[in-house]
Amino acid sequence: MKALEFENVSYRYPEDDFDIIDNLSFSVEPGSFHCIVGVSGCGKSTILRMTCGLLRPKGGIIRVNGAPVAGQSRCCGYMPQRDLLFPWRTVAENLALPLEIQGGRTRAERRELAEEALAEVGLAGCGNKFPGELSGGMRQRAAFARTMLAGGGLLLLDEPFSALDYLTRVSMQEWLLDQWEKRKRTILFITHDVEEAVFLSGSVLAVDRTPIRRLREIPVPAAYPRTRACLARPEMAELREDLIEMLRKQVEP
Amino acid sequence: MNRAGRSGLPPLIFLFTLLALWQLGAMEVDAAYILPTPVQILRRLWELRGPLLTVHLPATMAVTGLGLAISLALGLGLAAVMDWSPLAQKCLYPVVVASQTIPTTAIAPLFVLWFGYGIWSKVLVAVLMTFFPITITVYDGLRSARTEMAELLETYGATKWDVFRKIKIPCALPYFFSAVKMAVPIAIIGAAIGEWLGAQSGLGYFSRRMMTQLDGAGVFAPIVLLSAVAMAAAGLVGLVEKRVVKWRGES
Repeated sequence: MKALEFENVSYRYPEDDFDIIDNLSFSVEPGSFHCIVGVSGCGKSTILRMTCGLLRPKGGIIRVNGAPVAGQSRCCGYMPQRDLLFPWRTVAENLALPLEIQGGRTRAERRELAEEALAEVGLAGCGNKFPGELSGGMRQRAAFARTMLAGGGLLLLDEPFSALDYLTRVSMQEWLLDQWEKRKRTILFITHDVEEAVFLSGSVLAVDRTPIRRLREIPVPAAYPRTRACLARPEMAELREDLIEMLRKQVEP
Repeated sequence: MNRAGRSGLPPLIFLFTLLALWQLGAMEVDAAYILPTPVQILRRLWELRGPLLTVHLPATMAVTGLGLAISLALGLGLAAVMDWSPLAQKCLYPVVVASQTIPTTAIAPLFVLWFGYGIWSKVLVAVLMTFFPITITVYDGLRSARTEMAELLETYGATKWDVFRKIKIPCALPYFFSAVKMAVPIAIIGAAIGEWLGAQSGLGYFSRRMMTQLDGAGVFAPIVLLSAVAMAAAGLVGLVEKRVVKWRGES
């Protein structure tokens, strides 16, 4: 069974006169880590937003773990670009938010789950702080923990590190790989940063044309666990340059 | 902020300069029945403290409190309904704005005819003047909630009511406190105007009675008392706000 499956999916924004996603089919194996790379505005976020149910496709079927997403909620955890921690809630209360919406747990149980999740992402003891007191990297880790608590084996991350400074981003990438290896969830990660995509993914799903009719799957020639040293290897450098070349063709016709 | 801005000294000096200018000007004019000096007003306030504090201040505060409570209920309700339903917003918004074009002081005598000299005609004046800023400010606060946050909640399976409770209300809370801070002095003014037009007690009524006796200091004394109460009330709301809204200023 596939973790995620798109079957002839199309989407058109009301203000457009063409389908930005045009008859797209692809699938993702359980436990894999894929990055979707593409130029800004190519429609890669649209793919994620349809998967988590925020947008309804014009045609086609999207399945998560074999079941169509239409009608089922909470099949996947969605983490948008901004961390979107609610500033009026403490970090622990922010993490408890998806549990509150789902209902069925007492306040103490929610609190306990939130504390556990915080410890897992290395933020033990930060539960009573407000998001404003955390650094950018810590906020993203808290947002990631919240996404994990939202449930579902499929995590959809929409450029989560793009607002961070370079060094924080680099350490967050290593941290994310580490988390992924520990939990064995399926991750679909959107980015326009080619280096990030090459470092993280098992195989890169590249958008080579807009509107999106297909995702080109390009395997990354490196085994997990990875360190940043692997980026210096010639085949990795070559892949990175190829991808950059491919994306540049789309912005400079 | 620099040191001069942090200390309370410069505003105090400024205030005292203004009062001193008033004192000198009024002494120059020398017509206490129309322009009393600050010292005369304070002296009169002290002389009249009995009836002012035991009879008239409680009467005005009762009108203010009732008016404020009704305005809050009405304003919050209208804001929530307008936020919930775009149709209701289209219908109600123009009416709410139109209600503010009514020159309250001009039609307030009618309220006295409708509701008599009792408390309700004054409460109506206070409500008419205060519900508008509350409605509009709180409505803006509810609108200020970011759609991204609502979308995130939707991916958790949230209903419209969840979004309202967990995002809109907290987002509107700082706006709500701004609204109350605005509304408190306006409600007091509304109450005083209501009393001025027809009442048997209250600071507005007392001020008007002193006017008929050409007692300038007596006209000002209850007004000074009103200002002091309004400032104290706004300060109190500010203190509550500081306890409740800890995240103001960051998004």
